[in-house]
Amino acid sequence: MMWRYLMPLGIFIVLTAFFVKGLSLNPRYVPSPLLGKPAPEFELPRLKDPNSKLGNIDFEGQVALFNVWATWCVGCRQEHSFLVELSQENNIPIYGLNWKDDRDAALDWLSSLGDPYVGSAFDEIGDTAIDWGVYGAPETFLLASDGTVLYKHIAPLTREIWTSEFLPRIIAECGTLPCLELDN
Amino acid sequence: MIPEIGQFALILALGLAFIQAIIPLLGALWRRGDLIAIARPAATGQFIFVMAAFIVLCHSFLNNDFSVLYVVTNSNTALPTPYKIAAVWSAHEGSLLLWILILSTWTLAVAVGSRRLPDEFAARVLGVLGIVSVGMLLFTLLTSNPFERIFPSAIEGNDLNPLLQDPGLVMHPPILYAGYVGLAVPFAFAVAALLTGKLSQDWARWTRPWTVSAWMFLTVGIALGSWWAYYELGWGGWWFWDPVENASFMPWLAGTALIHSLAVTERRGIFKSWTILLAITAFSLSLLGTFLVRSGILVSVHAFASDPARGLFILLLLGTITGGSLTLYAFRARHLTVVEGGFRLVSRESFLLMNNILLVVATAAVLFGTLYPLFLDALGMGKISVGPPYFNAVFVIPMLPLAALVGVGMHTSWLRMSGEPLSRRLLFPAGIALIVGLIFPFIVFGQAGALTLIGIVTGLWVIASSLLEPIKRALRKDSAPMPLTRGQWGMYLAHLGVGVFILGATVTSSYTIETDSSAVLGDRWQVGEYELVFRDLRRIEGVNYEATEGEFEVWRDNQLMTILRPQKRIYRVQTSPMTEAAIDVGWGRDLFVALGEPLGAGAWSLRVQIKPLIRFIWLGALIMAFGGLLAVMDPRYRVQRTREQGNLRKKPTKTI
Repeated sequence: MMWRYLMPLGIFIVLTAFFVKGLSLNPRYVPSPLLGKPAPEFELPRLKDPNSKLGNIDFEGQVALFNVWATWCVGCRQEHSFLVELSQENNIPIYGLNWKDDRDAALDWLSSLGDPYVGSAFDEIGDTAIDWGVYGAPETFLLASDGTVLYKHIAPLTREIWTSEFLPRIIAECGTLPCLELDN
Repeated sequence: MIPEIGQFALILALGLAFIQAIIPLLGALWRRGDLIAIARPAATGQFIFVMAAFIVLCHSFLNNDFSVLYVVTNSNTALPTPYKIAAVWSAHEGSLLLWILILSTWTLAVAVGSRRLPDEFAARVLGVLGIVSVGMLLFTLLTSNPFERIFPSAIEGNDLNPLLQDPGLVMHPPILYAGYVGLAVPFAFAVAALLTGKLSQDWARWTRPWTVSAWMFLTVGIALGSWWAYYELGWGGWWFWDPVENASFMPWLAGTALIHSLAVTERRGIFKSWTILLAITAFSLSLLGTFLVRSGILVSVHAFASDPARGLFILLLLGTITGGSLTLYAFRARHLTVVEGGFRLVSRESFLLMNNILLVVATAAVLFGTLYPLFLDALGMGKISVGPPYFNAVFVIPMLPLAALVGVGMHTSWLRMSGEPLSRRLLFPAGIALIVGLIFPFIVFGQAGALTLIGIVTGLWVIASSLLEPIKRALRKDSAPMPLTRGQWGMYLAHLGVGVFILGATVTSSYTIETDSSAVLGDRWQVGEYELVFRDLRRIEGVNYEATEGEFEVWRDNQLMTILRPQKRIYRVQTSPMTEAAIDVGWGRDLFVALGEPLGAGAWSLRVQIKPLIRFIWLGALIMAFGGLLAVMDPRYRVQRTREQGNLRKKPTKTI
């Protein structure tokens, strides 16, 4: 008959085990379904030159960053200076996806705050962002040289995140550090 | 200097809480009157010091002391004074202090109100409350000190979250906390009974008024929260099954079950170990809510800024308090169930048993839905969120039979079978509910689905059945069998509230008219039976915000009914936009207009809703709480005291 009175304690212990485990999980972390898969195809006019196009072909054969940004996005302003630093520190190309933005405002932004991008695609309607599963700007994708998505970071990129999440993956991808070294 | 006084007061309170937690329990164990006698002064002292700390924090807010980090993050010089007070409990640290203040207030009330109880028993109750208090005070002082200073001090504060700058939110947390912290009292009574190893019917009579009081606050607190969400979040919903809402709702469900099971234990001396388990569960669910809200373990719209270290601490606390009491339960509970009397199928006991089963099933379903995302995530089975469809279904399934049974249950008698006269008595309310419930929706709204009809009939059935006895007595004053006691009045009223709530909830969710449209100045359009005219749009300067205010005329049958002025506010410091819906309140329906976003070219998106009987939802909750108040005031709970005092006066030599 004792088990009847022990049951509540048993249930409670099981629940507590879940809570202990739960404390180390982040419920807000949603992994991208694109991880490990080829990046979605796209081709868009370039921000600086509407007559030429930017698309997956431009990423091919290199480890690259693809950063979703817009002038209306506060987080983008926050991460922008770090992106500029990053573009000067190593030779990983950063491509931009200028998302649902005003072309003049975006060009203004780049000329006043600096342009870390090898090139930015101008996604006026937001179709490409939908294909890429963008939740909100800023988001940064890490792409492998074969065009697969290695990692995705939501929220402003910082040096801490760069060091802890991006660098290890880049090193794993390139072997040593060839793709990080500056050309000069 | 003054904030340090507050912190010092909290440390002294912790010291007294330790004394209150240890010495009276030892005194009860060793039967030492001198140690037992320490319980009450320790509780009183602890209350005084916690109160002092609380007043100091209020003082820091009122004087814009921006050297205190908590004030900097939650206040601003331009914040209106009432909101400066509300800001005290607007975030984690201060609300924890409020939690502790309320706990020590309940403890003080128990210390004063337990003089008719055996000293040894009262000492154990106060000791258990002391243990809870030690845990919460340690939590505050070690992880969440509201008096933390910053140097150099800030010039201006970050302001109170605009969502919280609202009269509803000034009152909601204190009342809600009074409810779920109040459940610590029946919990302490339960643990004290387990420690004593005896549970008399007296025990249930002592515990009942405390439980009902806490339940009353919880009812009003939840209703206030729902009301606030309705008009302030700008969506027009009144319940969202958000984890934080569930956190307050689960203790309510368990507390409701506890009230009913206590009734059986008091009258019949059965269900003893079950009642104890419910008392432990109800308070544990309160603590669980605190854990869920403050640990960041679940995603919620109104979770506090979360911190895993804090989560771990509350989990430890939960493990100690709940784990400890359940262990005690495992070893002691079987000694309590000495005689289990039997009862017939149609008796008050069996109806209350069904009530308990259904309420516990509902609690478990809500708990399961709330924790399900966590279970899956912890087992590595993916990320999901559980939405209202699940909760609505699993909640209504046990609640519908419960509501149907309550109409019968309140007319049954203890022990005996009274089948035939019962069905004859209930024919009248059942008939009214069926006839009105099946005809009325078609006349008023023109159509009705099966579920809607079931809901309306059930609501009316509970209302009619609750009013049966009071009306009978009002009609035939002379031949009425017995006047109703306050306890019975309370029961009928509380159940009436349940019926009113069911009616309101059903009608609102079935017949709400919702439109999202865009309009420019001068537009006129039809929503339901009303015609709206977009008259004006202007800028308003508030104390600490700027607003765009729309002016809408509401016409019906070519008559101007009212003018509604919804606002879109931008608070200056936090610059987040806030929707202030304009609501034309009525018994029959609410007309709800919220200003959305500017769409360019002078057009605005608008949300207009007509919500019939929505007031019944909160009215029902208030009636329930009022029923609880009447029940608490039943003289039965005081008779004992005067009798015992009489005895004391007669034999003074024995008590000294």
